[in-house]
Amino acid sequence: MMNTVVAGITYRALLGRRRIVLLLLLPLALLGLALLLRLAGSADQRSAMLLMDKFAIGTMLPLLGLIAGTGVIAPEIDDGTIIHLMSKPISRPVIAQTKFLVAASLLAVFAAVPTYLAAWLLVGTEDGIASGFALGALVAGVAYAAVFLLLGVVTRHAVTVGIIYALVWESLVGGFVQGARKFSIQQWAQSIADQISTSPFLQADVTLGFAVPALVIATVAAVFLAGRRLRAYSLTGDE
Amino acid sequence: MKMELSQASRWYGNVVAVNDVTMTIGPGVTGLLGPNGAGKSTLLHMMAGFLAPSGGTVTLDGTRVWKNHHIYRNIGLVPEREGVYGFLTGWQFVLSAARLQGLPDPVEAARKALAIVEMEEPKDRRVETYSKGMRQRVKVAAALVHDPPVLLLDEPFNGMDPRQRLHLMDLIRTMGTAGKTILFSSHILEEVERVAQHIEVLVAGRHAASGDFREIRRLMTDRPHLFRIRSSDDRRLAAALMLDSSAGGVALGADGLEVRAIELRRFAWLLPRVARAEGIRLLEVSPADEDLESVFSYLITRSTS
Repeated sequence: MMNTVVAGITYRALLGRRRIVLLLLLPLALLGLALLLRLAGSADQRSAMLLMDKFAIGTMLPLLGLIAGTGVIAPEIDDGTIIHLMSKPISRPVIAQTKFLVAASLLAVFAAVPTYLAAWLLVGTEDGIASGFALGALVAGVAYAAVFLLLGVVTRHAVTVGIIYALVWESLVGGFVQGARKFSIQQWAQSIADQISTSPFLQADVTLGFAVPALVIATVAAVFLAGRRLRAYSLTGDE
Repeated sequence: MKMELSQASRWYGNVVAVNDVTMTIGPGVTGLLGPNGAGKSTLLHMMAGFLAPSGGTVTLDGTRVWKNHHIYRNIGLVPEREGVYGFLTGWQFVLSAARLQGLPDPVEAARKALAIVEMEEPKDRRVETYSKGMRQRVKVAAALVHDPPVLLLDEPFNGMDPRQRLHLMDLIRTMGTAGKTILFSSHILEEVERVAQHIEVLVAGRHAASGDFREIRRLMTDRPHLFRIRSSDDRRLAAALMLDSSAGGVALGADGLEVRAIELRRFAWLLPRVARAEGIRLLEVSPADEDLESVFSYLITRSTS
């Protein structure tokens, strides 16, 4: 269920003018790095894996997820423009679902596609590395869109909380604590990539049997909760 | 349509913003009057479905307003905050409202609404280039686009220049006469008087008074007024004034008199005559408590006692 007017306004808010630069910066950096590696003659599976793991999935995806996921709703809640959408006979869950779809589609374009291109620049279609990581980025991007959308609805400090989650939890804690790794969207993306790719360099820690249901549950639950939260959206006056 | 509040209250932790308010807003123009911080916005947000009452109920023609998005077919809301997408043109903004309402002919509806607020000429400019008054008018157009029977406006005249203000006042009056239920909030008595047939006064979260503007005006002018007077002979003037029943009390200070007038009109008639008869020159006559705050505080003490 989505509303095209809500989607149109949201796309314009995120892609209009200078905002799009934010979404373009990281994918361009990823492609630039891939190009550099290729020109330097180190376009092999090992460097491809490193670039995908550390940069595409480890850095770019969560940051773009944060920009798109919170960006589709948090600024509107901040400046009160969301009232324009919410004072209309449209159910609030539909507004949340539409915002989610916009964020997810942006992540497909600005994260999954560049991920494929960067890997392809390095290793072509070898061992399904490019398609594996692209699909991983796509599915994880969808989950990030949902989780960060919820964050944007729940707290005014969505960006701060999101950065702490992405950097501290996923990178640091996930890197050291085995159990925490199971609850990391990045790790789930790795599992998907591993499933598709036959490259010996890729070893996922989380089984596909856990990652797929986890991705689905996280996405559906986050969008559902965001809709519920919007239903009870309150204006607290300046008084 | 009728908006009904029944013992509606709203509190934030220990702070009570709206306290046990019962009122019915029917067709015509109702002004919600009260000083800043009286809880007007809180009350309006409850009526608009953007705040849950902590106690009591808020209903529109019997259906609950909170968590019910269907009410927006019948309600047009003009919030106090800017809340307009700066990157859209005025036309795009109002058209989006028409489409969000699911109207059969959104283009025609948007055109009509922009014509009503006289914003046809600048409609193709981005909203961010508009003045505050123009933004306000575009917001009104967006709220009117589906021709709702109920219109709620939060401090609609703020930031408008006098000409825009008069135009919006005319518009609100016309729609009120046409049978729409209109409620607007304001902290300025003159504004409310000029537009509203009916006035609800809110002070410190409580429903302090209710009536047409004559009744409210009378409530406000019938209260004892305090005047500061300086004259050529304060003591003799004090004695002369006290002979009349319209003066409730006189205090003689170092720099003049303070007179409590019980009957304002009679006192205003009396003072120059007494002065002339006694051969006293009046140097200064000024109201000591004419500000709205004291009027409101009088109303609230009256309603609690």
